[in-house]
Formats: sequence, structure tokens, C-alpha cells
Amino acid sequence: MNGMSRIVKTIANVTFPLIMIYGLYVIAHGHLTPGGGFQGGAVVASGCAMILVAHGSVWTLGKIKEKNLSILESIGAFCFILLAILGLGFGTVFFKNFLVGSNLIFGIIPSFGSTIANINTAGVIPLMNFAVGLKVIAGLFGIVLIMAYASGRRDIK
Amino acid sequence: MSYLDFILQHSPALIVAIPLLGAFLTPLVSKINNKVRNIFVILIILITTIIVLLLASDVFAGNIHTYVFGSKDLTLPIVRILFEVDAMSAFMAIIGSILLLVSVIYSWSFIDKNSGLDKYYTLVLLLAAGMFGMMLTGDMFNFFVFLEITSIASCALIAFWTNKGKSIEAAFKYIVISSLAALFVLFSIALLYGQYNALNIAVLGSVIQFSYLDKIALVLLIAALAMKAGIVPMHMWLPDAYGRAPSSVTLILIGATQASLYGVFRVCFTLYGNTINLSTASIGWIIVLLGLITMLIGVAMALIQSDFKRLIAFSAVAEIGFIFLGIGTGLTLIGNNQMFNLIGSTAMSGGIFHIINDSLDVGLLFLVAGAVYYATRETSLDKMGGLARNMKYTTIFFIIGLLAISGIPPMNGFASKLLIYESTFQLNPILSIIAILSSIMLLAVFIKVFHSIFLGPALPKFKEVKEVPKIMLFSMGIIATIIIFFGLFPDLIITNIIEPAVNGLINYEEYIRQVIPTFAGGF
Amino acid sequence: MILNFPFIAVIALIIIGLYAIIFRRNLIKMVIGITIVQSGVNLFLITLGYREGSVAPIFTSLPSGTEIPQGMAFPVPQALTLTSIVIGVAVLALMLSLIIHLYRHYGTLDVRKIGGEK
Repeated sequence: MNGMSRIVKTIANVTFPLIMIYGLYVIAHGHLTPGGGFQGGAVVASGCAMILVAHGSVWTLGKIKEKNLSILESIGAFCFILLAILGLGFGTVFFKNFLVGSNLIFGIIPSFGSTIANINTAGVIPLMNFAVGLKVIAGLFGIVLIMAYASGRRDIK
Repeated sequence: MSYLDFILQHSPALIVAIPLLGAFLTPLVSKINNKVRNIFVILIILITTIIVLLLASDVFAGNIHTYVFGSKDLTLPIVRILFEVDAMSAFMAIIGSILLLVSVIYSWSFIDKNSGLDKYYTLVLLLAAGMFGMMLTGDMFNFFVFLEITSIASCALIAFWTNKGKSIEAAFKYIVISSLAALFVLFSIALLYGQYNALNIAVLGSVIQFSYLDKIALVLLIAALAMKAGIVPMHMWLPDAYGRAPSSVTLILIGATQASLYGVFRVCFTLYGNTINLSTASIGWIIVLLGLITMLIGVAMALIQSDFKRLIAFSAVAEIGFIFLGIGTGLTLIGNNQMFNLIGSTAMSGGIFHIINDSLDVGLLFLVAGAVYYATRETSLDKMGGLARNMKYTTIFFIIGLLAISGIPPMNGFASKLLIYESTFQLNPILSIIAILSSIMLLAVFIKVFHSIFLGPALPKFKEVKEVPKIMLFSMGIIATIIIFFGLFPDLIITNIIEPAVNGLINYEEYIRQVIPTFAGGF
Repeated sequence: MILNFPFIAVIALIIIGLYAIIFRRNLIKMVIGITIVQSGVNLFLITLGYREGSVAPIFTSLPSGTEIPQGMAFPVPQALTLTSIVIGVAVLALMLSLIIHLYRHYGTLDVRKIGGEK
């Protein structure tokens, strides 16, 4: 499909970084406020879909090749399973939260009750949020891109 | 501790995690080479099969394995997801892993000339993870999630041959019906959660009463899971989906259908086990009635088909009716101890043994149909004939499958069908008369098919047809060997594998006591 | 009586969705019917988690005076609903891709003209 007019393209270019920052904020603070991997990923994918509608599917598919999106998606999913199996490797059970209480990263245990939010808590959960967020961004954007490209072509039979 | 103990302790999680890891690595591995990707997938399924056999050999000796995700010990109240493997789950996992292994070996050369194969293998491994998760889990919402993973992956695989319009129509019909069934399952899980504030099967089984909302939840669960298993008023998707998918995919689909069948039995026997006694025997009679209708309509529709794979799909529907008949007879008598030991346990042994027999027999017939399609590019019975001259080994495998599915003595179908005939005759003679009639009609249908495909004069357009590649013959040979072995030594299988499965299904108190040690049975 | 209103909405949504799946001939309308049934079941799951007069179950900056945990709503149904929404998105994407293929093969979106074997 073709893109839209020059005004729409300019405004989409200006608004896209703001949407992306908001989506990454929702992903990163998933263990403190409502949000997390899927919700933030859906926000960023909506921003990417806005770029797709503004510039046209042919131009976007030329800039971002489909196999790059597939590799990003596989990396995101593989990191998620790797984090789960690392819990197995540290001597305990599958999916164990092995970073809580240790000194590596995200290891502080907050006190019980109503506190001020501290991002350095909750162990393995923020890392899993990043992995799921990456997979959702690549997956949803890939689906919308391929569908827009496929339904625009009239010559395939 | 030693490596074997480590693997045995963590095996319920490893059986689901290893195919999932393989599924996410396959797009990266397939950028290297095609042969490397095929060997990688076969290796992953082989490792999973070995772990399943290890776990099964420990569970059949009498221990129920529980596995808590994310914490070392099981403390009440239950807040974490639990996998609980008893003998019936281990039995279904063995069936699933045999079907997966044979299908992946078969598709080395069957699916080889198509494009987009890295997506095919990713979807096969995802379907494997979903199927094993459905069979091993002890938590109702986890069962729903794995049910949806299985139906999405299998829908994408059914539509694999996208150049034909009919496969895509079959996949669309499948995903609409499957999605509706899963939504009804979720609705009844929400009903149960709203009443008792628990999602774990063992915890729900210990506190469930038979109130009005529980009756609604039971009806919705049985109807929705029977819709996924292909029972007759809801069987419309099964001939299309089985008949138009590639044959190696149909083999795994059989495993996924049996996993939904396992879900019906887990709900009836363990979740509602505390409330089903003699006064609610009507549930058993409903299951028996559904089994009868399924048998009759399956065989009647199979008689008039002219497409090879669609005919085998309708006979698969009829075979599921046998399973429902056997286990429904056991469910009818479960409150009455004396009659149950006389009739019911034989019927349940026959029903559960028939699950593995039906999967293997129908699987072998579908592999033969796939081999015939690979060699001749034809699926219609009117256009084929005289193929026994060119494809000798395929003919032998078809004869083995024909004898097995109609219940003729040296094959495994005879053992399980004999148990079902004996026990249902004592419940009500009409049931076993209808069952024997269906078996005879199945024999008639398949002899007609055998005559029209393999016997007869040689057609000139089939002069160039050669035998299929050796890898496909090898995979058909694995299933044929298991069929003949089960047929010659049924006693060995029944005492070592089927009896623990029947006991595991009936003793729901043992299942619940693994999680809540102070549970005392009775209403 | 006013507290029963979400449950009445759930039943209405499921009935409207089932009507759309069974009685409409266009494929896209069947897909919309499935989406409506999904919304109904998700609404049912969320409504189960309500406690009367409670706040959201988040520990960051609670309003003063709420008791933990009696003053907070149940968080488990919210996690179940989120999983169900994600599954709904995946199924919707799959169904729409199949419709694109079907339109390219048959040229029509009418269910009565596609397929049909005995």
C-alpha cells in the first residue's frame, strides 16, 4: 500500500520516539506499577504500526527486512527460557527466582507494606519482562507488516 | 546426587521445557543447513522420549511425582503452579512421545520438497510442548493455556499446504470450533474459581460440592472437551482437518485429540471424584450413549466416502466411540463396589488400552495413505488401482493396519475390544451387540478400500510408481512392530502399564493426598 | 441488585457473540463474533475479583488507612484475564491470516460458497 501525505509522515516521525519511550517505561517498571512485558510491547507495536500506516508497507518492508524481525523474536524467546533454566542450574527448581536476595542485580528485598517504589528489586522478573517485551514488539509488528504487505498485492494467485 | 536422580526429580518440567527450548532455537539453527536442522529436531524429540520413559518407569512402580514451579517445597495454601504426574498421565505421555518420534522421522523425506520448513519444525516442537503440558499438569488454568497453545500450533500446521484452498478451509473450521470450545472451558474454570478460590485440581477436588453452579461447570467442561476430542454431535471438524493435513501432521494431531480425551476423564474421575457416587450414575450413562452414537455415525459415514484419508478419519471417529463406551461403563458403576470389581474394572482396562491401540492403528493407516499420496499424487479411491505390484512393503503395512483396526486376533485391537465386549455385555447386551456390529462394518469398509487401491489390474498411468524412500518405511515399521508386540503379549502390557493407569484414575484420594496430606475421602 | 449488573452484561455479550457466529454468512463477521465472546468471558473473569469498597492491589503509594490484605481486590483474576487477552490476540491474528488466504483462493467471503463436501 502507498504512504500518506507529507504532513502525516512528518508528524508520525516526531511522535514515534515519544510512544516508544512510553512503551519502554511500561515494560521496565512492570514489577512496581501496572504493566509488564506484554502491555508495554503492545504499546510499542502500536507505535510501529503507526509508522507503517504513515509511510506505506512497501517502503517499510524495504527498510526492515522480515528475517531481522524473526531473529529478534527468537532472541527474545530464547532469553526467556534461558532465564527459567538458569534457575534449574543454580541447584534448585525450574523458574526459581535466583536473583532475589543476592548481590548481583535487582537483588534488594523491600519491606512489607506500602513503600516508595524501588526499581532495584524483584530479582528475575524485570529481566523476564524485557525478554517478553522484545518478543512481543517483534512479533506483533511482524504480523501487522506481513498482513499489510500481503493484502496489498493483487498479482499473487 | 547422581545425574539420573537429578533428571528424575526435575523430569516433569524438563519434558515441557526441552521441546520449548528447541522450538525457539530452530529458526536460528535452520539458517545453517537443512540436514543440521532435521537432526537437531530428531535429537530433541529423542531426548524427550528418553526422559518420558524414565519418568514412566518410576511412576508405574507406584510413586506419584509432584513438581512445584519456583519453590522447593509444597506449603499450604497452594499459590504456585503444580505439575502432578500419576500413572494415567505417564501413560498418555508415552503415547504422545511415540507418535511424535515416528512423525518426525517420517517427515524427514515426506515433507522434504516443500518450502518454509523451518516454520514447520518450529510448530511441531511447539505442539509437542503444548501436548505434554496438557497431559502432565495439575492445575486447571494451566491446562487451559496448554490447550490453546496446542490448538493454535495444530491449526497452523493443518494449513501447511497453502497452495490448495481446501486445507485452509479445514484449518479455519478447526480454529473457530476449537476457540469456542476453549472459551467454554475458561468459563467453567472461572465458575469453579469464583466459588472455591482455588485453581489446583487436587485442592478443588477436596472441597467441591455438587451445587447448581458445579453442575453447570461439569456439563460445560465435558461438552467442550468432547468437542475437541471429536464426539459425534460436534465432530464436524475432524474429517476435514485429518483428511487435508499432511500425513505426518495428522499423526501428531491424533496425539493432541487423545490429550483432550484425557482431560474429560481427569475432570470426571478426579475433579468431581468426591461427588460422583451411585446417585449420580447418570453421568456415566450419558458418556456411554455418546460413545454409541459416535460409533454408529462414524462407521456409517465411512461407508460412503470416496476419498482415502477422509475415510480413515471417519473410522478414527468410530474408534473414539469405543473408548467412551468402555470408560463410560466403568463410570456408571463406580459407586457400587461389588459390581465395579466384577464388570467395571475390566471395562476401564479395555477402554484405556484402546486409547493406545487406536492411536497406533489409525496412525499407521494415515502413514500408509501419506506414502500412497507421495508416490502417486492421488487421494481418490476411484482413480487408483493395482498398486500392490509396485509398492510391496506399503501393502503389507496396510494389511497389518486393517487387521488391527477391526479387532482380528494376532493384532492389538483384538485384546482391547475383547475386554470391552465382555464387560459391556454384562451391563446391557444391546451395547456390546452395537459394538461388534461396528467392528464388522469397519472390516468391510477397509477390505473394500484394500481391494480398490492395491488389488486389481495394473493401470498404465502408474507404471513409473516406485516404492517410497526407506526412511518412511522404517517409521511405518516401528509402529507395525509395536502393534504386533502388543497383540502377542497383551497380558504383559495390561499388568504392567494399564492396571496402574486404571488404579491411578479411580483412586482420586491418592491423587489429592499428594497435595493435601490430611484429606479423608467420602462425601 | 446494581452489583449484579456486570454478570448480566457477560451473559448478554456471550449470547450476542454466539448469534453472530451462528447466523452470519460473512467470514469477518464470524471472527468478530468470536472476539465478542472472548470479551464476555474476560469480563466475567475480572468481575470475580472484586471486593466491595477495595482499592487496586499495588503496594506502591497506597492510600492511607487501607488494610492489607482485606482492603485490596484479588490480584489473581487479573493475571488470568491478561493471559486470556494475549491468547485472544494470537487466535485473532491466525484467523485473519487464514481469511486473507481464503479470499485469494475463492474470491468471495461468503461461507456458503466456500468448500462443501459430504
